[in-house]
Formats: sequence, C-alpha cells, structure tokens
Amino acid sequence: MYNPYSLEGKIILITGASSGIGRAVAVECSKLGAKVIITARNNERLKETYRMLEGDGHLLFTCDLSNPDAIVQLVSEIPIINGMVCNAGTNKMIPISFMKYENIQEILNVNTVAPMLLLKEVCKKKKLSKGASVVFTSSMAGVGAAATGNGVYTASKGAISSFLKVAALELAPRKVRVNAVCPGMTRTPMIYDDNVQDEELKKDMERYPLGRYGEPQDIAWAMIYLLSDASTWVTGTNLVIDGGLTIR
Amino acid sequence: MELKDFIEKFAEQFDDTDASEIKGDTVFKELDEWSSLIALSVIAMVDEEYDITIKGDDIRNSTTVEDLFNAVKAKA
Repeated sequence: MYNPYSLEGKIILITGASSGIGRAVAVECSKLGAKVIITARNNERLKETYRMLEGDGHLLFTCDLSNPDAIVQLVSEIPIINGMVCNAGTNKMIPISFMKYENIQEILNVNTVAPMLLLKEVCKKKKLSKGASVVFTSSMAGVGAAATGNGVYTASKGAISSFLKVAALELAPRKVRVNAVCPGMTRTPMIYDDNVQDEELKKDMERYPLGRYGEPQDIAWAMIYLLSDASTWVTGTNLVIDGGLTIR
Repeated sequence: MELKDFIEKFAEQFDDTDASEIKGDTVFKELDEWSSLIALSVIAMVDEEYDITIKGDDIRNSTTVEDLFNAVKAKA
C-alpha cells in the first residue's frame, strides 16, 4: 500500500515515553512499522507504554536524562537510530517574583539541557544514521505565545526552538534533519498543573478557534511526518500545532 | 500559624488593593484585582512562607481569606 509516511525499517528513540505526547508518538510509530526505543524516569508507566506497542523488537530503558551520566550510558547501549524524539519535559507555573534558582535549574535541565546533551551524545558516538530525523517537543510558548506564570517554561522551550536551527545547519551535511513540533495546550498529565484550576482551563479552551485542546495523537502525527521520508526536505522548522490559537 | 500574619502575606500579593480592604471574611475572588496570576502568586507565597503545598483546587474551594487560611492550616 502506498504510504509516504511509513516508518517501516526505522529505529526511533523517544524520550519521555511514559505518558502524554511521548507515549502517543511511541505507539503511533510502532503502528507505522518502526522499532522504537522508549525511555522515561517512571518504570511502571514506561512498561505500560511498552505493552501498548505494536510489533516486536522494541527496547525500553528506564533512565533520568536530567543526569548527564545517564545520557552517556543510554547512548552507549542503543543501536544506530534513524530518528529521535526529544520529548521529555516538565513544567511548573511560577510568577516571576517567586522564581527560585532551583525551579529554574530543574525546568531548564529537563527541557533544554538534556535534549542538547542527548543530541550531542548521539552525534559524538555516531548513533544517528545518515538522513536521520531529530524532532524536539517545543511548545507554542517556544515561538512567542506568552502566558502569565509560564516564564521559565517559555524560556526553556524558546531555547530549544532556536537551538534546533543551529543543529539543523550543523547536521545538514550528513542529511540529518532537525525540527520541532510546537503544540498548543494538549490533553496530557502535564497541563493538569496543581497550581491551575479547572475553570481556568475551560475558559482557556474557549480561545481556541478549533474549539478544543489538542489530543496527544494530534501532536504524534505531526512528529510522524517529521520522522518519515515525506519530510526529507524539511529542516530547521518549528511546526506549530495549536488548533489555530496563535492566529489570534 | 496566625490568621493575622496570613492575611498580611495574602494582601502583599496585590498591588492596587489596599491591605486594609483584605480581612478574614473578604470574598477575595470578588476583588477587582483578583486574577489567575494572583492565584499563582498566593500558591507560591504559601509554599515559600509556610513550606506548605496548596493546589488550585484549594483556592477554588475557598470563599473567604479565612477559608483559605484554614485550608493551608489543615495541611500544616
């Protein structure tokens, strides 16, 4: 059957695969024929994702990528990959006057530093195949959508959305492509921040021209496009998937 | 933990609302200046000052400043 989005024969590493967007992209990749390598901190939930995968030959590594040694260890154990989704992320809504060094460090570590070091390590150890595709999970926040209390997260994603352009440039000679998906509010455990009230989310949802928040699969399918050979000429882009929110 | 002290710290999260307007029986969500940012600030203030984690739901379920104080106190 004709399918330019097929991932048949590709091996794809996915971080943050224990829930939300990471889990959805792992499952969808497996359905399109990829062998996936899934990682996350929470072993129980990661195993749940593993059981949802179709086909066989998938790998699972429980590790905390905010620890640089864990990144080195992970990369030393994986085979050569054709694609990578740097998706593990965290957030906490903190108004500027209450930001703390520890909050900033934790969010930047997980959202910004870990993806950079992971990309460095797969490059250095030559674990990216020629023509591989790297996808970052950024956010509409990373490309200029501002929300009160979201400063640290916005900075962490903005850094990734600009970093990827340099990465795309440096890796282009090997035909490795680097892009990001920038989701609007997507129904994952992360958006149900303890600091945010349900009514606020409901009110916020009404601002979306397409009338709803994203589902993890909405984002996963955009990532699949970027991982597949259908996007061979696409690199250095931030693909906004936000139900039309940023039109306004 | 004292109610008076809590009210003072709660009032500090506002810029345009005079501290004298905020008392134990104030229905804080009806204050003109009340906003989601102030809600986040109150949560952060409770964490910083009392080392107690409250949630958005605790704010939602409180009507007066004293209700919120009691919710915080219950977690101490």
